[in-house]
Amino acid sequence: MIQIRDTPLPRAGKAVGIQTIGMAMRFGSFTALDNISIDIPAGTFHALLGENGAGKSTLVKCIMGFYRQTSGSLSVDGHEVSVQSPKDAATYGLGMVYQQFTLVPSLTGAENLVINRAHVPAVINWAKERKDLAGFMERMPFKIPLDRPVSELAAGEKQKLEIVKQLYLGRSFLILDEPTSVLTPAEADEMLGLVRGMTERGELTVLMISHKFHEVTKFTDAVTVLRRGKMAGSGLVKDLSTKDMAAMMIGDVKLAELDTRLPVPSDARPILVVSGIKAPDRTGLKMIDIGNLTVRAGEIVGIAGISGNGQKELAEVLAGQRPPEAGSITVKGSIYGATRQETRINNVRFIPEEPLNNACAPKMTVTENLAFRTFDVRKQGGDALWLDMKSMRKRAVSLISDFKVKTASHSSPIASLSGGNVQRAVLARELTGDVDLLIVSNPCFGLDFSAVAEIRARIMKARNSGTAVLLLSEDLDELLEMSDRIMVMSDGKLVYETPALSADISVIGAHMAGHH
Amino acid sequence: MEGIGIWGVPLAIFAGAIRVSTPFIFVSLGESITERSGRINLGLEGTLVFGAMTAYAIAVMSGSPWLGVLAAMATGAVFGLIHGWICKFPKVNDIAIGIAMMQFGLGLAFFLGKPFIQPVAPHLPSIALGGWSDLPQIQSALNINVLFIIGALLAVALWWAFKNTRIGLILRVVGDSSDAARAMGLNPDTVRLLATAVGGSLAAVGGAYLSLYYPGSWNEGISSGQGLMAVALVIFARWNPIGCFLAALLFGGAGALGPALQSVGVTQGYYLFYAAPYVLTLVILVATSSPTRSLGGAPGTLSITK
Repeated sequence: MIQIRDTPLPRAGKAVGIQTIGMAMRFGSFTALDNISIDIPAGTFHALLGENGAGKSTLVKCIMGFYRQTSGSLSVDGHEVSVQSPKDAATYGLGMVYQQFTLVPSLTGAENLVINRAHVPAVINWAKERKDLAGFMERMPFKIPLDRPVSELAAGEKQKLEIVKQLYLGRSFLILDEPTSVLTPAEADEMLGLVRGMTERGELTVLMISHKFHEVTKFTDAVTVLRRGKMAGSGLVKDLSTKDMAAMMIGDVKLAELDTRLPVPSDARPILVVSGIKAPDRTGLKMIDIGNLTVRAGEIVGIAGISGNGQKELAEVLAGQRPPEAGSITVKGSIYGATRQETRINNVRFIPEEPLNNACAPKMTVTENLAFRTFDVRKQGGDALWLDMKSMRKRAVSLISDFKVKTASHSSPIASLSGGNVQRAVLARELTGDVDLLIVSNPCFGLDFSAVAEIRARIMKARNSGTAVLLLSEDLDELLEMSDRIMVMSDGKLVYETPALSADISVIGAHMAGHH
Repeated sequence: MEGIGIWGVPLAIFAGAIRVSTPFIFVSLGESITERSGRINLGLEGTLVFGAMTAYAIAVMSGSPWLGVLAAMATGAVFGLIHGWICKFPKVNDIAIGIAMMQFGLGLAFFLGKPFIQPVAPHLPSIALGGWSDLPQIQSALNINVLFIIGALLAVALWWAFKNTRIGLILRVVGDSSDAARAMGLNPDTVRLLATAVGGSLAAVGGAYLSLYYPGSWNEGISSGQGLMAVALVIFARWNPIGCFLAALLFGGAGALGPALQSVGVTQGYYLFYAAPYVLTLVILVATSSPTRSLGGAPGTLSITK
């Protein structure tokens, strides 16, 4: 057997190609993977597409040795190999970058790299290690500060460091699992461009799991599409259109369509008025400063911006999580301080980003989470003293079916649901009943198509029925599709406003980048 | 306090800082190792008292105080191993087990220690660094115990080891992210078990200092909560060993304020100054905390930061 290549650095032209032949995986009577044959030649960038539950992660877990396939085989550089564990996979130079970061936050980049080696000396000679690392980084297309704790790095830098870690450990075939789901479009493009460069130079072979067509068409050579555990199609990216790939992915399911946009009446009353808000951002070093922001009934105002320019802080101020130092927020003409009572009187609803952590109690059941807005009021009005479990359950069951939340049961903990279904459940809770103001933050981050289409349709429906919607998003396509007006946030300030219909993407982009 | 008058107060605080701080140094260094691995051992108060009893008993029987210290370390490690072993089971809370272990340690120490209240044990040696001065106060203040010096060196060694050794890095990895540790093929439970054992043995050294040097006798009131306060000191010191050492000094110095004032003739309200260390801890913790910033340096898998 080949020795695990530990310290040594990837030499140019050392990429390995892999092949799966008739790979199948059955769990009891359930077939998760059925006869999958993929050929990924050395030095290519291959995309693996599929909806949630299509078998993508089962396939890569078989390749990486987390699972032992029921039948079929894996070849590396044309030789059949038996991969029993992730360690075996490492021996053949196969590595994987997971969706969640596996870096240790409080350790520096250099410490993270060194401690992951198979043989770490008992006393680490940092002077020597630093010199070796500097030499190694010179050969890497990525520039990352290695002497700062990982927790201080931006998401894009962390993702690059994950890839660098795999290369440092001598891997030459990498699986990237939705590598851009936490990155901004600019970060994503930069990172994928650099990876693409490495594959073109023959230093690396990549298999990328993705949901995003524009990434697939822009950066990859070939694509394999899985649907319900079966091969739904494959081919070279240059021969396939986005439509072909979408059709392979979702089959004949119809996506939810957006309602036609009703015009905003010229006399629509302002629902949310934010004026002169000043608040410190999370570092405490900078301030956000919102001069004037008005959202009227029946319109969607989109806030664009690169992440970290104060959108999160603005959302927190509106949600009452961050006390402003100056300025006022009014909802329907009266001062709004985001207390439970004010929220209820004014019908304000809130869908923050990462709703599992920010809008749910993860270990409580779906039923309980769905009742967060209503559990403490009685049907006939007034405060409830006892929980009415029966009606909570009834309501949950009807919301689950209305909003197509996929859950094992209404009494499962909400943390056991997939991301899209948590988002659906929160949407169900927040959009039920009268809603006058809806504040939404990155609602479609990391979700697959049918979930995205569904969620956007729901928000549009709410808008058409007269809800004022403030949509904070890092996805410009989403803002252009959904918004009536788009404002750009940069460096804590709203720097530009344009009607969405006549919006010029390059002008918005320039303002996002701070050229204003 | 003839001869040096009011200067007796800072001198007494200095001497107190060194004399009182030693148990805090050992317990907080031990706890910093345990907490860096992602677990809290609140049982160190029990370990400390049991260590004090063991050290005293063995010193009485063998005539060697150092044998007593070694025996205390062994029992401390056993207490740590029990804590670590129970905590590896799913759904076991380390804080609850810690409180149970604390009561267990106290009770067992009082039960087994009954016969040793009367006998006198040999004391641990100290080094007289005050020979250059004629003043007896200065001579006694500079009479520094060997364990204090070991504690100071240990703090620096740990600080270095957390950065520059494999074991130090592994400890920090396990404390910060169990998933990352497993991905590296490390077993977090084993690392935490060992870290808790080492933490327990260091805490027991703190106990040995109490019974074998200052105050230097064994009775049921030997500890005034040093084991518990040291846990707070670790948080206060942001899990940094050198910070633990300095915090222990500060705490010891503040603790000497009450007796020092009493000795220079302040007769009113000096009891209030006995509370100085606790007030100081509260004030500093409040002053350095912020609702909008998270605690710097906290290991990610610690149950209080989760």
